[in-house]
Amino acid sequence: MRVLFKTSYDQDIDHLVDPGERIRVGLVIAAALAAPLFVSSYFLSELSIFICYALAGIGLMVLLGFTGQVSFGHAAFLGIGAYAQAALLTHGVPFVISLPLAGLISGAVGAALGRAVSKMHGFYLAVATLAFAIVTESVIGAAEPITGGHMGLQVPAISFFGFELTENWQVYYLYLAVLLFIIWGTANLMRAPAGRSMIAVRDSETSARSLGIDVARIKVRAFFVSAAITGVAGGLMAHLLFYLSPETFSLLESLRLMLMVVVGGLGTISGAIFGAIFVSFLPNVIDLVRAFLPSALADQAGLEYLLFGAIIALFIMFEPLGIYGRWRKLRLFIETYPYYRRATFVRQKRYLKSERFR
Amino acid sequence: MSMLVIDDITLSFGGNKALDGVSFSVEPGETLALIGPNGAGKSTVFNVISRFYRPTSGSVRYGGQDLLQLQAHEIAPLGIARTFQNIELFENATVLNNLLVGRHARTPSNWTREFFFGGATRAGERFARRKVEEVLDLLDLQHLRDEIVRDLPYGARKNVELARAVCAEPKLLLLDEPASGLNPEEVADMAFWLQDIREELGITILMVEHNMGLVARLATRCIALASGRVLAQGSVAEVRADREVRRAYLGTAA
Repeated sequence: MRVLFKTSYDQDIDHLVDPGERIRVGLVIAAALAAPLFVSSYFLSELSIFICYALAGIGLMVLLGFTGQVSFGHAAFLGIGAYAQAALLTHGVPFVISLPLAGLISGAVGAALGRAVSKMHGFYLAVATLAFAIVTESVIGAAEPITGGHMGLQVPAISFFGFELTENWQVYYLYLAVLLFIIWGTANLMRAPAGRSMIAVRDSETSARSLGIDVARIKVRAFFVSAAITGVAGGLMAHLLFYLSPETFSLLESLRLMLMVVVGGLGTISGAIFGAIFVSFLPNVIDLVRAFLPSALADQAGLEYLLFGAIIALFIMFEPLGIYGRWRKLRLFIETYPYYRRATFVRQKRYLKSERFR
Repeated sequence: MSMLVIDDITLSFGGNKALDGVSFSVEPGETLALIGPNGAGKSTVFNVISRFYRPTSGSVRYGGQDLLQLQAHEIAPLGIARTFQNIELFENATVLNNLLVGRHARTPSNWTREFFFGGATRAGERFARRKVEEVLDLLDLQHLRDEIVRDLPYGARKNVELARAVCAEPKLLLLDEPASGLNPEEVADMAFWLQDIREELGITILMVEHNMGLVARLATRCIALASGRVLAQGSVAEVRADREVRRAYLGTAA
């Protein structure tokens, strides 16, 4: 096993200090950049959808994985971002301004929600965010002058300073750039005081407060960042959907985002990416499963809900660290072969933790 | 002038008076031990100072400032840090990150700047690490620097929690049972480190402790609480010899 010998504080601070990890990330980025040369135009648009999900996953990861605040209605922010983007473009706002603005609008709504629920925990928070998502769906349906209501809303094409992006590869590169930018920014936040205070709120609100962290304020900010990133994801997704209707961003979509971060691995940015890959393949798997089931079962409404729920439950029971955790174990297995011990990842005894004044 | 003045605080949970007119003060530079049987209200006093509990009546003043006017997160910037009886660390973070959170009250934070991580943010991070490194050296935690807290044994966690509190650069350190759950060797280490903290950093210590050996070794003054009242105060020997204190611990027949 390689041991990294640190000689300066910058090695603590910098991203990707480990040479192996740098190579792996470099390869993934190179593959992503080269993709348009090798894959079909249809697959590129699939990849663009994957990028949107990865972005939304990072958004939810900030909230659930880093700050420990559950949100069962995160698709609402996807919807707010998408509608804001479409409405702004329709009113003649250029793309370079409308996308950040869509993020900010979504973020502002997120901050307001965060302010309202900053004293809630666990189950109550889940119910509150779920209710928020349902309300948002209804509001989008009712706000006909802006959103077109249930008739839907046409999404204008992306154009950059009068130059329209018509080819799939152009759109793909744009989305990839946004994704890399957001990953970089989020990783920056996580190595700064901001990220540490989010993790502090996640792990122990009591000691966070005793160290001078304003827990409610951190939660509001985490909601803002999370909703803003998810809003940007929604804004990008709008262009792939071409036509928005309120049902697009339903409970199932929220559940899909939740599934993504739990399956991918809570608490890491890589987890969101792994989760997005998983979710992108899931429809194919579900189709496969459908083919084997008797039609009485296969044609039941809500099969997706059942599967999503079952997968989340199974992962929480058997692999709480998600796919990313699996990957870390695999890597350690290879690095330390033949000395790998199962017990390395078995959690130690938990000591009594007081919850008297959470 | 006294550093911390607690004047006649009373706190009831329902009909149960956890604190009943408790008054005492902490002088700069001293190490004051709070002792008393279970349920005497020792930790409750700490939670009042940390503003987790609001007393029904009375006042708590720190350097002329009324602490009861402040919220829990506004206490640390004044220079009061604490540890917890049941260890409240950030379990899924490394020791280093735990200590860096300890510096939260001393570190300016601007999320927009941190998103782009420019030169100022990097300089701030370097400075924070240098400060944390001093504490790691002082408390002999270098070898645990990059360990995740949930993988650490109990004794090491106690030290990390102490280190995190020291990172906040406090003037007054509240220690809630620093020696509980430690073996005799670890208690000796803890006593040694607390002495170091007191002498090298000049921090005033207020501690709750059951281990009378540690109290006798460290405390310059001692207060005994029982059933939410102050029974006796004075030197450790005086308090130990006090009839009321003996009765509270051992029962009336003694």
